[in-house]
Amino acid sequence: MLVSMNWISEFTDLTGVDVKELIGRFTLSTAEVEDIYEMGKNIKDVVVGKIVAMEDHPNSKKLHLVKVDIGSEVVDCVCGAPNVFVGAVVPFAKIGGQVGDLEIKEASIAGEVSRGMCCSEKELGISDDNSGLMILEDKYPLGTDIKEFMDIEDTIFEVDNKSLTNRPDLWGHYGIAREISVLTKRPLKPLDVMDTSVFKDLPEIDIKVEDTEKCYRYSCMAVKNIKVKKSPINMRIRLTYCGMRPINLLADLTNYLMMELGQPMHAFDNDKVSKVRVKTFDKPIDFVTLDGTKRTIEADTLMICNDNEPTGVAGVMGGEFSEITDATDSVMLESANFDGATIRKSATKLGLRTDASARYEKTLDPELTTLAIDRFMKLLKDIDPEITVVSSLTDSYVKRYDTITIDIDKSFVDKYTGIDISSDEIEDTLTRLGFGLTRNGDKFTVVVPSWRATKDVSMKADIIEEITRIYGYDNFEVRSTKSLLVPVRHSVERDNEYEIKQLLSKQYAMNEVHSYLWYETKLNKEMGIVTDKNIRVINSLTAENDTIRSTIIPSLLGVVLKNVESNPEMGIYEIGRVANGLKVDGLCDERKRLGFVVASKKLSEKEVYFKTKEIVEMLLHDIKNIQPIFAPEKELSKYNFVHPVNCASISLENKEIGYLSVLNPRVRNNIDKKLNVAFVEIDIMDMEEVAAQPLNYKEVSKYPGVSVDLSILADKAMSYEAITKIIDQYPCEYLQGYHLVDIFEDEKLLAGKKSVTIHFEFGSMTKTLESNEISEMVDELLAVLKNNGLELR
Amino acid sequence: MLENLDKIRSKFSEELKAIDSNDKLEKLRVAFLGKKGLVTEELKNIKNLANDVKKVAGKELNILKNEIEAAIAQYQKTLEEMEYQKEIDNAEVYDYSIPSEKPVGTLHPISIVQKQIEDIFKTMGFVIEDGLEIQTEYNNFEAVNIPKNHPARDMQDTYYLENGQILKTHTSAAQNTIMKKYGAPNPGETLKVLFPGRCFRNENLDASHENTFFQLEGMMIGEDISISNLIYFMRVLLTEVFERDVKVRLRPGYFPFVEPGFELDINCEICGGDGCTTCKNTGWIELLPCGMIHPNVLSMGGIDPEKYTGFAFGLGLTRLAMMKYNIKDIRLFNGGNLKQLKQFVK
Repeated sequence: MLVSMNWISEFTDLTGVDVKELIGRFTLSTAEVEDIYEMGKNIKDVVVGKIVAMEDHPNSKKLHLVKVDIGSEVVDCVCGAPNVFVGAVVPFAKIGGQVGDLEIKEASIAGEVSRGMCCSEKELGISDDNSGLMILEDKYPLGTDIKEFMDIEDTIFEVDNKSLTNRPDLWGHYGIAREISVLTKRPLKPLDVMDTSVFKDLPEIDIKVEDTEKCYRYSCMAVKNIKVKKSPINMRIRLTYCGMRPINLLADLTNYLMMELGQPMHAFDNDKVSKVRVKTFDKPIDFVTLDGTKRTIEADTLMICNDNEPTGVAGVMGGEFSEITDATDSVMLESANFDGATIRKSATKLGLRTDASARYEKTLDPELTTLAIDRFMKLLKDIDPEITVVSSLTDSYVKRYDTITIDIDKSFVDKYTGIDISSDEIEDTLTRLGFGLTRNGDKFTVVVPSWRATKDVSMKADIIEEITRIYGYDNFEVRSTKSLLVPVRHSVERDNEYEIKQLLSKQYAMNEVHSYLWYETKLNKEMGIVTDKNIRVINSLTAENDTIRSTIIPSLLGVVLKNVESNPEMGIYEIGRVANGLKVDGLCDERKRLGFVVASKKLSEKEVYFKTKEIVEMLLHDIKNIQPIFAPEKELSKYNFVHPVNCASISLENKEIGYLSVLNPRVRNNIDKKLNVAFVEIDIMDMEEVAAQPLNYKEVSKYPGVSVDLSILADKAMSYEAITKIIDQYPCEYLQGYHLVDIFEDEKLLAGKKSVTIHFEFGSMTKTLESNEISEMVDELLAVLKNNGLELR
Repeated sequence: MLENLDKIRSKFSEELKAIDSNDKLEKLRVAFLGKKGLVTEELKNIKNLANDVKKVAGKELNILKNEIEAAIAQYQKTLEEMEYQKEIDNAEVYDYSIPSEKPVGTLHPISIVQKQIEDIFKTMGFVIEDGLEIQTEYNNFEAVNIPKNHPARDMQDTYYLENGQILKTHTSAAQNTIMKKYGAPNPGETLKVLFPGRCFRNENLDASHENTFFQLEGMMIGEDISISNLIYFMRVLLTEVFERDVKVRLRPGYFPFVEPGFELDINCEICGGDGCTTCKNTGWIELLPCGMIHPNVLSMGGIDPEKYTGFAFGLGLTRLAMMKYNIKDIRLFNGGNLKQLKQFVK
């Protein structure tokens, strides 16, 4: 919103105030000022001049040679304006003067000397009217500087509308002036209004508010015999400076009142509106708004009607039919108050956000409606004393806000602020802001003024804000809290998450990526990934990506697809969310998952598979100190990117936490036929349900141990796990451990078999084992193996 | 006898000259000092000598033996030196300019910045919390004092799901859950929580708009948490975050979940406060919203607003990462372009 300092000065005396500093204070205490514009400083030595003679320019059809009387002398000037005439009183820029960026010098225009310039309104920067010269009233002494009677010089500041969202009282100059009067500690002058109660015996206007939920108050008054058509120059300058285009007196006055009080007003042609009804329709209707656009108004939109005929969209825009024109001399003036949410909805549905609707949305003070009429009438009467009032001020006040009273004491203010603001200062600030106040020592009973009571101020915390913002946050003494020192328990889960990232990035040189919560349908199609049905977003702007993912792997494969060409050697991971359908309570079963993918052309598919498996074991060993259990996984065949054979579930103790799989060849071929890909998905929340194993330190034997490597022949299809189960049947206290060294396969040498070399370690905590003891144990072990069909190679 | 010794001596000197390896030196040693070596044989012969010669011969032989041993030891050192020299002379000269293969793992830039900030808050006694991304309208809106017909709830900004849930539009969605989890702090203690999270706004993508982004929010609740404390903490925390002496400025700002609410500005580092294009000539940069937690929000979180007060603040983590790494296009974060992401080596 644009605010004029001249306008503000009408309500509070700013003599001697540093305006720049004041505006800075306003930002810190009230609302953010985005820009400051100095108006009229670039207009100099422009005086009242009268055209006393005029002849055609010898060398131009458009130009005239005029003589301008500026009191002290008569000046020759070349003028190109179409509306120039002898006797016209105009603003005339003298030699040495300035009009905008133009410095006035003696010039030769098409061969004739010109010693000054007759100006249009646009040239003076006070409107966008450049159709011709500005014609002044013939009442000023010639040679008078126009700044003596025209408020060209002004400081305009632009307040960020967002920062006024919750301050309905600041959408007009009077409200801003109230703030400034508090900031400068100067009195706020009462508004100069007409006492319209003298017309109370005139007939009322026939009005009826039918929808008493959406309309709070409807006030109106009718006037006729309005003869003046054009607003006074200073009113037009103010409107222009505040971003409104002057139109005609009545339209300008409604806008002026809106800019002054924040109360939108509307003037209907009184001949066309006689029976006002405020109501909604239960069916959509067509309606032409005064911008000439035919619109479909949805059912349940609040309308102003003349009986049954709509004449305006309440709070948004009037209709073309009842629009006032330059010919209108009889109006019905509307000053109403509507429910904020209702007007916002109307404006949103129509895609028509007007200055009026923007104000109504903020929930305006209903007390303003009659005040605005009183003020309007005062201004109108001053401008056009011949008007005739033809109705009483008719007022239908159907819904009132409750008066808000808040008890607060200084100790509460102290606690909230952490500083000491005196009771006198509290009283002074609140009183100046217009709050009613009863004080009993350090206790206050505060009555919220109507203009702050519609939603803005309702509780103690709101009163604190009023006190502190005027006190100034930059004046606060700042200090730390006095709280006790207590140890902070950090969540292991969160630390683990970061630990996983560190391990994957630092030890396995993987790259962390982020992807979206939903499936990216286009990428999935390209890869031939069929995803399951899952819960959908109903209003996404990218409608094809509407399904929330239930697995993180397709997102990661998408990253593989995007990068495979530039570098197929990839290790990527993400810890992100998925929705595993709905829970019984109907809410999404949101899960936190770790997914990682290893892709390579250098490594074989088998190598990639075992690399991912190694990473899983390393991670879980590090995080949980538990060896995970892998088992064949068939359930996951619902995902077509999973490999039908080389897919294994991952469990911690008895809890299944995820799976490991080679990429299904069909999907792989869509990404790159030569790419070997394996991936893992672990549910972090399931993983965290399994407690980490405590570290269990075992004493190391002081006696040397003996190790024996045995190569065992087994059927090719036999898993290592099956062999270990056989070895574990051998109960021997001295067999301290064993591990796999190598698996050797050769169809020629070992048809249908494989040679599995295992390293066995024998030892005792209490003695050195004798060699015959060792060979006995090896024999026993071999016997166990043999009984289970395993021979030495 | 003594003549024999001289012959042995000169034979040894002669043969030593031809030795060029440890193996040959060992053979030479065996040939003279071994079990059947020339010197050893002579020693064996001593017993056959006459008593008077025996003594002299024994002495001379021992001298010879020691001489040979010393010469061999000496020669061994020479050989080592020769071999060392030979290895150096024949050493392949490695080309140090050949680049090494260095597969470098990286964290996502958001993770890096988030961790740095979490660590700062941890040092000041904050616990780190997490929240759901798929939220109820209650948690996201009602519980933070955004009632039904508030403009912030307009459909166009919020992703709505089929089951009536939404994707959280701000980290504040976790406030209610966190307050209920911890409850009011013990007398004299303060609840200090930081909760980063991923948020969603239904927007079209461009260089400066993302529908998926990260925020970070903090809360401090206690019996005597004041505006004065808020300003103090923000100044200290932001000084740590930005690694410079930050000046902060509070302006009134309206956010439904705080009262009073503030816009917090920090002094512009680029111009030092004199005014430049970055700070729009004000000397200040709008950084984050903060304020005293709204009494309604405390109430809904089960904390008595008459007894407890608190402050909250929010920080755009994605925006912070963009500031920190000078990232111009927000699409980098979720774009999955490894050429970009691999640069974020911490």
